[in-house]
Formats: sequence, C-alpha cells, structure tokens
Amino acid sequence: MTTDRIVGIDLGTTNSLVAFMQGEIPVVIPGEDGSNLVPSVVALDQNNQPVIGNAARNSLISDPERAVYSIKRLMGRGVDDVKDELKFFPFRLAADLQPGEVLRIKLGKKTFTPPEISALILRQLKRNAERFFGAPVTQAVITVPAYFNDAQRQATKDAGRIAGLEVLRLVNEPTAASLAYGLDKKQNGIVAVYDLGGGTFDISILKLHDGIFEVVATNGDTHLGGDDIDNLLITIALDDIQGDLGLDLRRNPEVVQTVRKAVIEAKIALSSQASTKLDIELPGGKRYLRQITRDQFEQLIQPVIDKTVGPCKQAMKDAGLKPEQIDEVVLVGGSTRIPKVRALVKELFQRGPHTDLNPDEVVALGAAVQANILGGGSVATENMLLLDVTPLSLGIEVAGGVTDKIILRNSTIPASATQFYTTQVDGQANVAIHVLQGERELAKDCRSLARFDLKGIPAMAAGMARIEVKFLIDANGILHVSAREQRSGKEAEIQVQPSYGLTDEQVESMILDSFDSAEEDFRQRQVIEARNEAATIMAALDKGKKSPAWAVLTTEEKKNIAKMEKALIAVKSEDDYQAIRKAIDALNQGTMRLAELMMDSAVTTALKGKNMDETDMGEGPTAPHPMAKAEFE
Amino acid sequence: MMTKTLTTITAKPAPEETQSCWSCGTMRAMHFCESCGKVQPPAPVDYFTFFGLPRKLNIEVAALDKDFYGLSRKLHPDLNARAGDREQEWSLQQSSLLNDAHRTLKDPIKRTQYLLKLEGVELEEQSKSATEQARSTGQAKKQIVPPDLLEEVFELNMQLEELRMQKKMGEDDPALIEEIGRQKLELEEKYEALLHELQGYWRTWDALMDREQAGQVVSEDERKRALDRMVDVLNRRNYIRNLVRDVSEVLESD
Repeated sequence: MTTDRIVGIDLGTTNSLVAFMQGEIPVVIPGEDGSNLVPSVVALDQNNQPVIGNAARNSLISDPERAVYSIKRLMGRGVDDVKDELKFFPFRLAADLQPGEVLRIKLGKKTFTPPEISALILRQLKRNAERFFGAPVTQAVITVPAYFNDAQRQATKDAGRIAGLEVLRLVNEPTAASLAYGLDKKQNGIVAVYDLGGGTFDISILKLHDGIFEVVATNGDTHLGGDDIDNLLITIALDDIQGDLGLDLRRNPEVVQTVRKAVIEAKIALSSQASTKLDIELPGGKRYLRQITRDQFEQLIQPVIDKTVGPCKQAMKDAGLKPEQIDEVVLVGGSTRIPKVRALVKELFQRGPHTDLNPDEVVALGAAVQANILGGGSVATENMLLLDVTPLSLGIEVAGGVTDKIILRNSTIPASATQFYTTQVDGQANVAIHVLQGERELAKDCRSLARFDLKGIPAMAAGMARIEVKFLIDANGILHVSAREQRSGKEAEIQVQPSYGLTDEQVESMILDSFDSAEEDFRQRQVIEARNEAATIMAALDKGKKSPAWAVLTTEEKKNIAKMEKALIAVKSEDDYQAIRKAIDALNQGTMRLAELMMDSAVTTALKGKNMDETDMGEGPTAPHPMAKAEFE
Repeated sequence: MMTKTLTTITAKPAPEETQSCWSCGTMRAMHFCESCGKVQPPAPVDYFTFFGLPRKLNIEVAALDKDFYGLSRKLHPDLNARAGDREQEWSLQQSSLLNDAHRTLKDPIKRTQYLLKLEGVELEEQSKSATEQARSTGQAKKQIVPPDLLEEVFELNMQLEELRMQKKMGEDDPALIEEIGRQKLELEEKYEALLHELQGYWRTWDALMDREQAGQVVSEDERKRALDRMVDVLNRRNYIRNLVRDVSEVLESD
C-alpha cells in the first residue's frame, strides 16, 4: 500500500462528496468552485467532452438529451427493473438491450453504462482531492445504501475502478453516518440511523460500545427518496398546466426539466416557509403560477414518506427492540429536512431526532473515518471497528423453483455457508447453480444474483462426486464463490455470469478508454492555460508599447521583441502547448528590460509630487511584474 | 466470459502446515500469534474449538460475546487492511469463521442443531433430501405428530376446517374463533416450555462430556439417548411452530 491519502466518498443520487481525515477530524474537500457538494449530474458539452456537477446542471434544461441525473437509480439494474422509472426519469436507453444485460444509456450520440457515468463523477471528486492535496489519490472508501444488493455493489466497485480508484471498502451509508456521529459523541448506546436520500431509503439499528459499531439490523427501499417526492409534484404541475392552459408538455424535455427545477426549489422553501409560489415560464410566452402551502405539500407527500414506516418496524422487529430501547435517532439525507419527515421519525421512535450533524455531509465524513480506520493514522480511530451485516438473505434455487436460504439477512459479515452438490448423470462435468438474494420463498420473486457453472468436475459415476461449494460474503457485502471436488481434491473452475453487470474484461477496457480521455483532457487543459497566458503577456506588451518606457529601448531590442511576438502569435493557435510555453518564455526574456523600465517610471511618477523626507519608501515594489513568468503546475 | 480459477499458495512449506507462526516463529496459535499479533491461516476446526470451548451446550453468552469482540479486533479485514495479500485473505477467512461460529453458538436452538450435526445426527424435519423429495413430487412432507399432542391436534384441525368453511360462506362464529385463539395461546406456552425442557437435556449431555473429560467411559448408547432426547424436543417444537403459523393464517384470512 502506498502512503498516499485514502479518501472517503459519498456517491449520492443527488449530490456527491469527497472527504478525508485531517488529523483527528474528518473534513469535506471542496471543488474548484468552493462548493462541498458536487451534483451527481453528467453532461456532454458541444465537443462531446464530459462535464460534471454544477456546470452540467445547466445542460439539464438547455440540452436535456445530452445530460443525465440520478444515475445511481440504474446501477446494478436490468432493463425490466427500470421500466417503471422511465415514466418519470428522462433516461434514454439504448434500443437493443437484452434482459440480463447491463444497461446502456444515451447521451447525445454516445452510449454509456451506469458505472461509466458514475466513474465520471468519481473522477471529478478524485481530481478535487488531488488538487487539494497537491498529490495523487488512488485509493478510496465509497459508500452505498445498506439495502443495495450484490449487483448494485459490484457496479459501484466497477465505477471506482474505471475512475482509477482502488476501492478499499464499500461502506453502508447509515453505518458511515453512525461513524461520524460516534466519533463526535463518543457514547455507548443503541442508535437508529434514518437515511432518506434522493433515491434510496435505509434504516439501520446499531449498538455502539467501546469503539465497536455493530449493526444489529438493517432494512430499506432502494427505490424510495426525494426524487419520488419531486416526481409527484412534477406530475401535478404538468397535469395542472394541461388542465388550466390546455398544453400537454409532458413530452417536452426542456419544459419538464424547468418544472423539475422549480418544484425542487419550492419543496426546499416549504421546509422553512408556510407557503411558496411556483412561477414557471412556458413556451409561447405563457406562465404557470400556483401558490402551494406547506399543508398541501404535506398531504401530497404523505403516501411517499409512509413507505418508510414498514422497513423501520421490520428492522426493530429483527433487532428485537422496542422504540423506547433506542437511545438516539440520527437523520441522514437532504429529504430529512422536511418537517413532516421529522415528525414521522419522532412518532416512530418516540423521541426527537439528533439534528446536529449536517445531513448532506455526514455520510462522506463517516466514509473518511472508515478510510482512516483502514489506513491507520489517527488516535481518534485507533479503537474503532465496524461490524456490518448483509441486508438480504442469500439463497440457492432448488428443485421446484424454491429458494433455499443459506445465509440469512442481518448476519454479520464476513459470513459464509457451505453446500454440497453432486452429479445426476454419469460423467457429468458441470453443475449449474443459481444464486439469489431476497426474502421470498420462490426463486422468481427473489433477485437473481448470478449463475455459476462449476466446470471441470472429474468424470465419475452419477452421485459419486462430492462438490463442496463455499459461499462467502466479504466485508463489502459482495459474494465470492469457491468450489472443490472432495474425492479428487480438485478445485473446480467457476464461470461467473453476473446478472446486469460488467465482466472483468469489460471493466478493464473501460479503464483504458477513461485513461486515454484523461490524457486527452489533461492535454487540452494545458493548451487552454497556455493560450490564456499568451493572451495576458501580449496584452501587457501592448500596454508597454504605449508607455514612455518603450521610447527608451534600442532599435535592436524592439526588433527582437517584434520577432518574439510574431513567433508567439504563430504558434498560439496550434495545439502544441509546449511550443506555446517556449514562445512565451522567449518573449518574457526579450521584454525583461522593458518591464524594469516600466516599473522604474511608475515609481518615479508616484514620487514626483513628494520630497525625500515625506516619502515612505515602504518595502519596495509589491505589484507583480506585468510580464512575470506565469506559475503553472 | 470471465473464468476465475482458484490459486494455491506455492510457498514451501505452506504456513497452514507448519506449527509455528509464519512471521516470528513462535508456536502457532489458532487465530493470531500471541507473540507478534499476525493473523494466522485458518485451521479447519469446529465452532466450539474455534472459541476454545468444550463440546457442551450450556454456554455463558456474555463470555462468548466478549471473546467475539476481542477476536474481531484482531481478525477483522478492516484492521488488517495494510497487511499483505496473503494475510488479508486469511483475515477474511478467519473473520467469516468467527462470525459464523458466534452466530451459531449464541442462539440456543442453532447451537443445539449444530452439536447434533457434529455428532452425525440429522433432524427428520430438516433433512434436505426429504425436503427436495417433497418439492419435486408435490406432496406435503411427512410430519410426525408428537404423540402427546395427537388428540389436541386432531381436534384443532377439525376446528380449523370448520372455520375455513365458515369464512368461505361468509359466516362468523365468535365462540369458535375464541376457542381457537385460546388453543393457540396454549400452544405458544407449550412452545416456550419446550425450550426449558431442552435446556434440561443440555445438562444431561454436558454431564456426559464432563465424565469423558475426567477419563471415564461413556457408552454409545448413553450418547445416543441424550442426543435423541434433544432431537425429539426440536421436532416437537418445530411441529408446534408450524401449527401455530397455520392457525394464525386461518384466523387472519378473510
């Protein structure tokens, strides 16, 4: 392992953040624009170059065919899963998708898989961190919803790899939040974390004792969040517009996105105001104006937030706890700012929630704490250990289409189970295994995780082979399978067909693509910066030509400067940034004396009206040399 | 299509095969070296041995938990993240074994079932082949009615049939529902009582283990009898649980 810093990343549905442990305290690393939150929005600009975050948000309205948001909703999912999402989300799927295949979505004329889009967001966070540290960042801890299944987790790991990050650990979001909370409070007790984000809901119940953060039970809904509230409001607004103004604008992407933006602003306003107004400009100069009160809003969203009650009750049941036994409730996710949500939490757990921590940042901060536990380095985390659980039961499909559960939900991970298989037919060389996740009885109602083929079983009579298959869920919540034929001692080959996922080879190829375009991006940035400097130095030279100092120069010097200037102009419009830099340097050299003369004359002019006694000479010139050599990395 | 092959450790001799710590040479401990703290390759032991416990059923859960947390701090992959690949793999294997062992031994029923499995006894109800056969033929699995419940079960089943018929015809007999409800509560009490009965048989088994430990001979018969008693309790308990579930289903249906 390198001594480079390990960062903690919250890859959220709506916003993403990167953080690290600064001494004994976790802090969020801001982006270039100074903002801590990077909106999880990706767009392609006119040159088909990816744009991420705040810059991409504007594209959502101006150029929606080239932008995408809430990509987390598609991670680890197949075309059948997302059919319903398409009604509310402008995801443009590639036309030729097969069931069981990884999704591909269109941005402009290009297609991307969800891990590739997430990788672009991760790469942006990576760059923000590298800029902050002035050093490379290659390792990260990334958070996922606790209720994410194996395919969704694998997709997140793939995204990290594509972005050039070694993902040391996937941490469940509520658990990460509890780390940030526990580091802050240093108290033992039972904590419930209620995490309602943009797209997912998680409830986790943990026991904190002597630095150990032990998850007792977890539950949730990976299809429930602030986005659903937004979609409710968008639908109502569009229905309204159709009713009032007779315009059906549902198929107009720009209008839908404009409505979405307005509806989100209204939702946020209603957390602190009793009423607000929707005021949306529509095509054709029409306007949609509507007053909305907090009461109306609360009535509308009640069915959405009510869906969080079932998982909370189930989690408490699985934990064997009553609400009065819970010491603290921690809120995570922007949607927990809604007063109605807070009221619901208070009712469910019969206590007011803990609201000290910033619900937008707490997960990233917790991820940074976990990064620190893994990498060592702080006294604060010396005695801390996370014991998390698998949220879904792991099962095998057996005769009759039934699921045989081999690892139960809420089992502490790492966890394993061993099953024995044999052959049905003489000389059978392969055995097929279908692994599932979920709580239902029938395989078809559970989530297909993968199909494994055990190959290379030594030829034997039917029923003679005794194949020991070990299923291991690692600390990331991801499944690994190994197999051994006991009689021969031979280790069987396993061919993995991940459902809705990328194969290792596909991920590898994506890393290379990303790498190439990273090189290209780097080069393009250098060219732009060099051209900017060239413009600056030439503007300064123009100024110099108009100054009295110019007259002092010899003809030789002036000729030389003219030559350098011409050379720079010639090379400036080309793509070779190194050549541009060289020309800038040459011009700098050539104008050195001119600069000195200008400096002197400036001082002389300033001193003209004063005598020596009055003049405060100060510390000498503090203005930067107008033709100073530019600093660049 | 990606092929994953399993690799075997090529260092000779493999750490699993030596008696000493691969890192500092001290006598090999089961989980981690007492001397230098390094995680050791997992040994293929049963859950009791993993916790250094005799094969006895009465376990002090508080002490088990304490051991569990202590071992977690040494074996967990998060705390071995800076170790080499080999150690990280051992850490993963060891902590999954630790978690599996803890989960099994902590719960009284799972603990009992595990011991029975170690002793080579299979529970009738739980036998996998019986389940598979039932599923493939579509027939209900043969359920042995515990003899002491025969009469009760017979009567209760009749009452449930009657209630099902009534519900189908949209009728309602509160007296019948109350009677069934009362019987359900009785069954639930029996269910609780069975756990105490089981714990009694634990004592019997543990006494046998103590005798063996002291060097005395314990006959196969004695072992078998003690184990059979426990199997019987577990079967009765399962039966009652299934019955209570059926009753609940009928009571709650429309």
